[in-house]
Amino acid sequence: MIAPETEDGFVQTITAAAANRAPLALEGLGSKSGFLRPVQAAETLSTRNFVGTPLYAPTELVITSRAGTRLSDLEAKLADAGQHLAAEPPSYGFLTDPDDATPAQTVGGIVACNLSGPRRIASGATRDYVLGIRVITGTGTKIRSGGRVLKNVTGLDLCKLITGSYGTLGLITEVTLKVLPIPEATSTIVLHDLDAARGVAAMTTALTSPFSVTGATFLPLEAANYLGFHRTATLIRVEHYAEFVAYQIGKLRSLLNEYGASDVIDTTESRKVWTEIRNARPLVVRSHFAIWRVSIPPSRGAKFYMECQKAALHGYLDWGGGLAFLSGPGNQATHLAVMELASAADGVWWLLRAPDSLRELVTTIPREDHPLAAIRRRLVQEFDPAGILNPGKMYSV
Amino acid sequence: MVRLPAPKREVLAQRERIITQLRNILADEGSVIADPIRLKPYETDGLSSCRQPPLVVVLPKTTDQVAAILRFCGTQGIRVVPRGAGTSLSGGALPLADAVVIGLMRMNEILEINFADRFAVVQPGVTNLAISKAVEGRGFFYAPDPSSQLACMIGGNVAMNSGGAHCLKYGVTVNNVLGVKMVTISGDIIELGGRHLDAAGYDWLGLVIGSEGQLGVVTEVTVRILCAPEGSRAMLAAFGSNEIAGACVDAIIGSGIIPAALEFMDRPAIHACEAYAHAGYPLDAEAMLIVEVEGSPSEQDVLLERITAICDRFDPISLKVSKSSEESAAIWKGRKGAFGAIGRISPDYLCMDGTIPTSALPFVLRRIGELSRQHGLRVANIFHAGDGNLHPLIMFDANDQNSAHKAELFGADILRLCVDVGGCLTGEHGVGVEKRDLMSVQFSAAELDLQRRIKSAFDPDWLLNSAKVFPMAEQVLGPCSA
Repeated sequence: MIAPETEDGFVQTITAAAANRAPLALEGLGSKSGFLRPVQAAETLSTRNFVGTPLYAPTELVITSRAGTRLSDLEAKLADAGQHLAAEPPSYGFLTDPDDATPAQTVGGIVACNLSGPRRIASGATRDYVLGIRVITGTGTKIRSGGRVLKNVTGLDLCKLITGSYGTLGLITEVTLKVLPIPEATSTIVLHDLDAARGVAAMTTALTSPFSVTGATFLPLEAANYLGFHRTATLIRVEHYAEFVAYQIGKLRSLLNEYGASDVIDTTESRKVWTEIRNARPLVVRSHFAIWRVSIPPSRGAKFYMECQKAALHGYLDWGGGLAFLSGPGNQATHLAVMELASAADGVWWLLRAPDSLRELVTTIPREDHPLAAIRRRLVQEFDPAGILNPGKMYSV
Repeated sequence: MVRLPAPKREVLAQRERIITQLRNILADEGSVIADPIRLKPYETDGLSSCRQPPLVVVLPKTTDQVAAILRFCGTQGIRVVPRGAGTSLSGGALPLADAVVIGLMRMNEILEINFADRFAVVQPGVTNLAISKAVEGRGFFYAPDPSSQLACMIGGNVAMNSGGAHCLKYGVTVNNVLGVKMVTISGDIIELGGRHLDAAGYDWLGLVIGSEGQLGVVTEVTVRILCAPEGSRAMLAAFGSNEIAGACVDAIIGSGIIPAALEFMDRPAIHACEAYAHAGYPLDAEAMLIVEVEGSPSEQDVLLERITAICDRFDPISLKVSKSSEESAAIWKGRKGAFGAIGRISPDYLCMDGTIPTSALPFVLRRIGELSRQHGLRVANIFHAGDGNLHPLIMFDANDQNSAHKAELFGADILRLCVDVGGCLTGEHGVGVEKRDLMSVQFSAAELDLQRRIKSAFDPDWLLNSAKVFPMAEQVLGPCSA
């Protein structure tokens, strides 16, 4: 593994690899190397030693971080100033290593995979917070896009293009993120014993109200058990200034009256529960299991989930029904079932974990239609003509 | 006058044949405009100092028609300029002599509204405000609110990634769109994103939104609609200097409050707006803030109390907290009439649009004051203080060549200043033709080259909205291939 401590170190490695047409596996700490397709590369290039936060301006709501900075370090720094990453980037490391309770991950990794947590429904995705980016393309060229200001429409927005590109267009060396104040208080309404359809309906009621609902999750029995609820749980989170949370919770509870009695969990307990949900911990993971993440229109969530159950899949619904986490047998038949059900529900999927044999064999994200695939190939050719950056990670051709 | 690429002579020579072919594609009466008088309204957009009649204007009604037009133009090597309402302030819809202008204003239907899934599917010619109007009955709204929202169309908003006064809280267009249908220059119809939140694969949506018509023509947009807050209220705080007002902005944000809007006006802007709108602005102030908060009436009270307490620490010259929606409207009245107000005291003005780190505001305003004296032109500054987007309004006389030229130079100096302090050329108006030749101030040659290559991946012959975004030198260079 090569893990440079300077930007020029990355440039040298990539330039040399391009000259030799020698593929590089790009990673931070490797917690996401099991996502999507396996990369065939003799050498790994890691950002883990390129750390630090050259700029943090709390009153301007921006922080600049080198890619290898541990996410936990960045979040601790922000928390000291009462701020956070509003997209609530999750840590899915336990999917690859079930024993690792708090796997370390880097800021670059979160951006490269565009991962967002439960607050996505209210506050947007990680990609919505990337204000500026520095990358090194497959030719060893240093490129900047965006900057350190909140509003910027100058030129083509490569921040968005690079975010979520899994290292296939360039190595991210530095990102500038928009940050926001941590909500002063939070409480969660828990509705019990609803089925998926009623659970999603309750979440829709909450999400179409004018209140600050920043989390809406339906946990079927198995997932609810993990959090100690022992019957299905529909969780609705409110985050706001301290004075307003009780008012909004009260209003919401009366709106949700028809869904039966509800409990309320207060700030401390609520933060604990949502950390578990954010990190997908309610998923039941067995060693031979595969894990899928499926993004769908929320109103399709309940039916989609029930169909998945028939296909021996288990999991839960986040984002008010718009995001399903599923675990099940890591074989081709189950994968095909997820693909078909997701497509039928107008959704898209990511295969986040599976045996290598399956990951090599199948499409791990949906294929684009032909005209877009042709544009994509031309685009990748411009960023990485030698095909050395995480080749095959997203698409086989 | 802005320089445009030389028209393709073979295209000009074929004008009659091209018009006939386009009439075959668009059979409807009046959907192909070739008569010079009727082409007049299409000569320019919101950047009215630039004018150029197009070859011909077409007004399609369907995605299939757009696809047929683009397939025809793509195969024949004819340039294409997409156009919505023509409100671009950067000349984004400026025609070219050899270009077919595709006017999308007849594609003005709202195709679907889905409250449960919180989206609406609209055609590009639907105005920004019409979306909010269509969903307000159920308590929803479409968040980005550019000041031209009554006229500007969602297709143009997508092209420019438009913002507005409330984007500090709600984000800009790219944060509020779930999917688009787009036609490529080869006439292929592609779908980017969808009706769900996260899309898989590359973030094509994020690349296309704000690409100023360089990559394709958007014919359908799926926007997020949000549940409107219970209410909103504004307050006004005036201070003795730009520095103090800037420090107060920092203190508000630093306290953990993100207001729905946070607007800053300097002394010339206050005076111009007050003379025009009689909004009751304090004329003895050097700088003024308008702060808007949202929520239930008691939530508004609490937030306004907290913000008032912060403002009090900065010796405000005056503080006015609105008690009703009428009083809020009065506070906003002057700010919203700013362009009209400047129009009243100056025959013409140039509205600049750089973004700066908010901490640089006092320095930047001082420098703009010096530049104003140096160029001999007045300037008023309006600033979206929360997000750093600065709108200096440079006053000049377009009938005076010298004055117009000085205004352009002054504007360019301001934008260079924005980049120098760590900001950018444009926060929401786009590059268009206006700022294209300043792109190299912000980007390195390698960065511009990569952006050109991305365009080429979509539009190999550079037929889509030529002469915009990329510096003229690169336009002449034209397409590039690996």
